[in-house]
Amino acid sequence: MKARLAIVACAAALASGAAHAQSTLDAVKSKGYLQCGVNTGLAGFSQPDARGVWKGLDVDACRAVAAAVFGDASKVRFTPLTAQQRFTALQSGEIDMLSRNTTWTLSRDTSLGLNFVGTNYYDGQGFMVPKKLGVTSAKQLNGATICVQPGTTTELNLADYFRANKMTFKPVVIEKLEEVTNAYFSGRCDVYTTDVSGLVSTRGSRAPNPADHVILPEVISKEPLGPVVRHGDDRWFDIVKWSLFAMLEAEELGLTSKNIDQNLNSTNPAIQRFVGASGGLGKMLSLDDRWAYNIIKQVGNYGESFDANLKPLGFDRGLNNLWTHGGLMYAPPLR
Amino acid sequence: MRWRAAALQALLVAAVVAVVWLLATITAQNLEARRIASGFGFLQREAGFEIGETPFLAYSAADTYARAIAVGLINTFRVALIGIVLATVLGTLIGLARLSRNWLLARLATGYVELLRNVPLLVQLFFLYVIITENLPGPRQALHPLPGVFLSNRGIAFPVLEPDPVHGWMAAALVLGLVLAVLLVRWARRRQALTGQPFPALAAGTALALGVPLVVFLAAGAPLALARPELRGFNFAGGGALTPEFAALLGGLTLYTAAFIAETVRAGVLAVDRGQSEAAYALGLPPRRTMRLVILPQALRVIVPPLTSQFLNLTKNSSLAVAIGYPDLVSIANTTMNQTGQAIEGIAIIMAVYLTISLSISALMNWYNRRIALRGARR
Repeated sequence: MKARLAIVACAAALASGAAHAQSTLDAVKSKGYLQCGVNTGLAGFSQPDARGVWKGLDVDACRAVAAAVFGDASKVRFTPLTAQQRFTALQSGEIDMLSRNTTWTLSRDTSLGLNFVGTNYYDGQGFMVPKKLGVTSAKQLNGATICVQPGTTTELNLADYFRANKMTFKPVVIEKLEEVTNAYFSGRCDVYTTDVSGLVSTRGSRAPNPADHVILPEVISKEPLGPVVRHGDDRWFDIVKWSLFAMLEAEELGLTSKNIDQNLNSTNPAIQRFVGASGGLGKMLSLDDRWAYNIIKQVGNYGESFDANLKPLGFDRGLNNLWTHGGLMYAPPLR
Repeated sequence: MRWRAAALQALLVAAVVAVVWLLATITAQNLEARRIASGFGFLQREAGFEIGETPFLAYSAADTYARAIAVGLINTFRVALIGIVLATVLGTLIGLARLSRNWLLARLATGYVELLRNVPLLVQLFFLYVIITENLPGPRQALHPLPGVFLSNRGIAFPVLEPDPVHGWMAAALVLGLVLAVLLVRWARRRQALTGQPFPALAAGTALALGVPLVVFLAAGAPLALARPELRGFNFAGGGALTPEFAALLGGLTLYTAAFIAETVRAGVLAVDRGQSEAAYALGLPPRRTMRLVILPQALRVIVPPLTSQFLNLTKNSSLAVAIGYPDLVSIANTTMNQTGQAIEGIAIIMAVYLTISLSISALMNWYNRRIALRGARR
């Protein structure tokens, strides 16, 4: 009896091992929705609104993939993840893609068994302090108590920066975003550090009085944030990567959710390829030829997503403008 | 029949081993296939992150992951050991208070037990942490209840003795005093067995254990230099300090576990038949001695096994530290897992450490339990 049980258990283990070998695209199609890992609540990037609908730049990256795969941007289920949970969730197959303001680094790209598909937000780490402390530069932070989330590149950059400048600090390390920002706003820490986007977002959405807090001028790191998929499924990697590029390309071509229908019969060959009238780009991705049209029609281009989610919080396009406008956003040609 | 039973058991063991082996192999294969790093090599790499509290073991971001985890382990031990002592003292007091004939005292103790036992520990931890960080002022406006003591939302800063070579001699004197006290108690016991003459060995022993270091202290000219905390820059420097995270965790664990220990103690005392104390009184033993010589030895037999469980619970519950930012073993191991991506190894370390701690506590308590068990009642 016990032996039989053991055999069943072994078979189950083998089966679950085999399940991962199936292609992610087929698995997503057969279950009928995309499972996407997002932040537990970072205004502008991923946060549920008053009606419980997830909104944000990272959320739009998930919706774009759903639109490309299903032709329906609403076929996404969101898994809110903390910084510590995110990679395990992706590695274990609990989610199909991760879109959670995650910094692209060499060690993550190689030793975690993950692939970064690109960058949907160019960021850098900064410091926020209460105005009443009178601090004007990060160089004055020697001896400060600093709130930080664990398992982030932020935690490592912070230690590097203080070591490089021969200063010391006391970290207060709390996993949940809500708890760590509460600790900062209650005065447990002198400083809160994370990516500047996170500081702006937190100050705008959680501070009792946003004007009481200043973000110091030093940006101490490069933080290219972008969606992530598992190693070993190149087709899925391509789909997520080009869904992101399609949003950038559309902005460059001037295609928006409002005007794309009028452009369906455009004579511009680049737009013809984009909307699927020619070129057969969809087939190459194992998708419908209207994949890019669906993304723009239902989610919008990158600029629209940025303006809807980040502009109201006081974000500037800056590095995240298109290369044609002096930024770093550059999609390889869709041809 | 016996042969068949043995064969079945052997088969079962073989099956378990096979399953474990298979799972390990599949895991290794899958990790390899997805090019996820594995093995414990990462322990020797530089950790690169700072830790908020590093008592007893110096640590900086340039040290290895192994050392970071060791710091986490020390932090876990620190809060668990102090918590066990405090919870035992508080729990015993409350348990006895619940048995008191004083109506108010008994009801207060009952209220305490019911309230603390029925609110989840995590909620209590958040509650304590918020009370400390939200209600206390910042370091520049710190409360100053006693000279040299500062209370702020950075925790409590207090003066500590400046280290002095005499303190080492005092520690040696304490050991000497304790040895003398033990010898004295033994001698008193033998004398009472032979002659029936009692001797106040406990009081004399305590005086001896404390007196010898005191004599050394006074003879050396009573060196009492204090390192006082001062506000320097952002925070207090010098002296000793307890962080809000440590205070909230220790407070939460102590208060919560004390409620359970109180019930254990009460049950133990109630388990001793009333006839025992009545018989003792009839023999002319005074109440205090009745408690010490008749009631407690019997009650302890009931108390110790469930008390062991409470100690284990307290130690394991200390892993809730993650929620309020105390850098315990789990917190550091989590960070390590996230920076290296080696979740399986990290979880294995956490499990191995908690298993070791729990088994050690069990072994110690079982040894104590056997010592106080009824002679001849062992099975």
